[in-house]
Amino acid sequence: MSSHGTQVKEPLIRMVKRDSISQNKAWGIRAAAFILSLVTGGIVILLLGHNPFSVYVSMVKGAWGSRTVIYETVKLAVPLLITAIGISFAFKMKFWNIGGEGQILVGAVAAGAFGLFTAHIFPKLPLVILMMLASIVAGGLYGLLPAVCKAKWGTNETLFTLMLNYIALAFIKYLMNGPWKAEGSSFPKIGMLTPGARLTKVLGVHWGWILALILVVVAYIYFNKTKQGYEIAVVGESTNTARYAGINVGRVFRRTMFLSGALCGLVGMLQFAGADYTITEGTAGGVGFTAITVAWLAKMNPFGMLVVSVFIAMLERGANAIQTQFKIPASASDLLIGIILFFMLGCEFFISYKLIGRGKEEHHA
Amino acid sequence: MLNTLSGLFTAAVLAGTPLLLGALGEILTEKSGNLNLGVEGMMFMGAITGLAGSYYYEQAVIQSGGTPTGVMSALIALFASFLAGALGALIYGFLTITLRANQNVTGLTLTIFGTGFGNFFGEYIGQQAGGYVAVSDVTKGVFSRLNIPVLSDIPVIGSLFFRDNWLVYFAIVVAVVMAWFFNRSRVGLNLRAVGENPATADAAGINITLYKYLATVIGGGICGIGGMYMSMVTTSGVWVHDCVSGYGWLAVALVIFATWSPARGMIVALIFGGLTIMRMYINIPGLPAQIYDMVPYVATIIVLVVTSMRESREHAQPKSCGLNYFREER
Repeated sequence: MSSHGTQVKEPLIRMVKRDSISQNKAWGIRAAAFILSLVTGGIVILLLGHNPFSVYVSMVKGAWGSRTVIYETVKLAVPLLITAIGISFAFKMKFWNIGGEGQILVGAVAAGAFGLFTAHIFPKLPLVILMMLASIVAGGLYGLLPAVCKAKWGTNETLFTLMLNYIALAFIKYLMNGPWKAEGSSFPKIGMLTPGARLTKVLGVHWGWILALILVVVAYIYFNKTKQGYEIAVVGESTNTARYAGINVGRVFRRTMFLSGALCGLVGMLQFAGADYTITEGTAGGVGFTAITVAWLAKMNPFGMLVVSVFIAMLERGANAIQTQFKIPASASDLLIGIILFFMLGCEFFISYKLIGRGKEEHHA
Repeated sequence: MLNTLSGLFTAAVLAGTPLLLGALGEILTEKSGNLNLGVEGMMFMGAITGLAGSYYYEQAVIQSGGTPTGVMSALIALFASFLAGALGALIYGFLTITLRANQNVTGLTLTIFGTGFGNFFGEYIGQQAGGYVAVSDVTKGVFSRLNIPVLSDIPVIGSLFFRDNWLVYFAIVVAVVMAWFFNRSRVGLNLRAVGENPATADAAGINITLYKYLATVIGGGICGIGGMYMSMVTTSGVWVHDCVSGYGWLAVALVIFATWSPARGMIVALIFGGLTIMRMYINIPGLPAQIYDMVPYVATIIVLVVTSMRESREHAQPKSCGLNYFREER
């Protein structure tokens, strides 16, 4: 690269883009980054005066130690996984949907409109189907709105979807205080779904987990084997390329964001009818944000998201255990998730580039 | 009526100041071509470290038998929160400038991390303190409304403009200095060149990496001070779980409404500050409180859509914003 004739001061370290890297080496780098992130988390724990090993062990035990906690961990993983799949629809086309929270909430409200008020009219099966459809449509429309504006005027979707979160949250507070307030309750809360309408449990957890597994496969096929999935990938690479290729970018935005929001809305229904049996401000509970982490760590691969969502669910469940055992606040899981993601984001650089020290010859492949 | 309006104005200034600080920090960052969506996270980091700084200072002085002074406490809160915000921005900067990670995702991660950081240490320090963290009356006094001799006593004008807490004036000074910096100083103009077209700036001999790092880190520090405002003024020196709750995101939106101008930032911050507290001052019959709470968010969306409809070249985001600069890939 540098000619030897002119005296150019060679930097201490320079970076060169790799031509190719073996899959094993790439995964080795990721594994090293992951371990480093756990070590960094461990140092924080150490500074707080606890033994990192016993804290980590307690986290794992708190998530997998008994049948009851395993159910709880799976219950946390299901909404994360489905929301992550939903969000990856948008993220794959570089549409920054951070409105998962709001889409989950409106999905829950739409399901609640049927579940809470028509349970005496419909038998269980049609009622559950109605709730599902309602949540899918509500979540989808809530996701469609920013996509329409983005397609038409290029409106910033990050802020748009985010503001919709706060609006959905305020709407739920309104329902809690006013029209949907439970009868005879002295403080604002929404009534409970009648036991007859709650989602059936399969192997201890509501059937949402089976649906989540099916969605993993369906999403994988959709992304990799269909024309629509291909269009998403092209739009994500470059909207101009997509336009030259004759793809209607606006239509891809709208269609994909409807699907993205619809999946998040479905999560709202599962949380309402399968986990909480009521709707509160905490129905989404940060899932919309954590799911972004899940989707990104898995590099938008649905099977990867399955693994990552179970792992993150373990961290969150485990954080409850260390709160009771070591009096470490449960927010530690957010801190740890942040640290892990920082490392995983940073390590991609070492997969794309290699560092060459001063005086070392560059190897040409 | 006049009383309501002056009350609304004073409250709007109070509520608008953290928004202004957050927006100013983000304007500085975006001028260098870095879109840092971690404002919420950096504000959380500033909120807890500012509070913790004052709290531990007081504890240390009391234990050594002295009496803590308010000015010292305020200075420590200021520096601690600046450092915390700057640290968050440094992580972001290292990942995006040096390691070329995606700016959007890195910013979102910073928000997740910072929110966890704030709530975690807020609860942790609270536990250690036996329940919750709160600063003493000395520190609370420094962060309450000032009483400037003569000026504060002028009728009407005095209570409108000269009776705010010191951070309000601090934020205005930062805005004015920043406006001068971007338009009149050589370094400021260089910075704008970096944000608009890094390749050209690079060719002109400007150190892109240095400019990007400095703007991002100092911008993050200013966001951190905005967070400290939330914990010291808005919640009066007591740690409240999730205390920043969306203000950081509103600040990011304000950057767009201010069209990347610090001077206009002051006006939009005042307007949005007013929108967030309007419910307490102007009663709209028949409108439930929770629906009224949606106002600032709905307004944000409307302004976002309207500004995107009429695109103007002059008042636009710095052109390279969101894209990492890599000399070898020109």
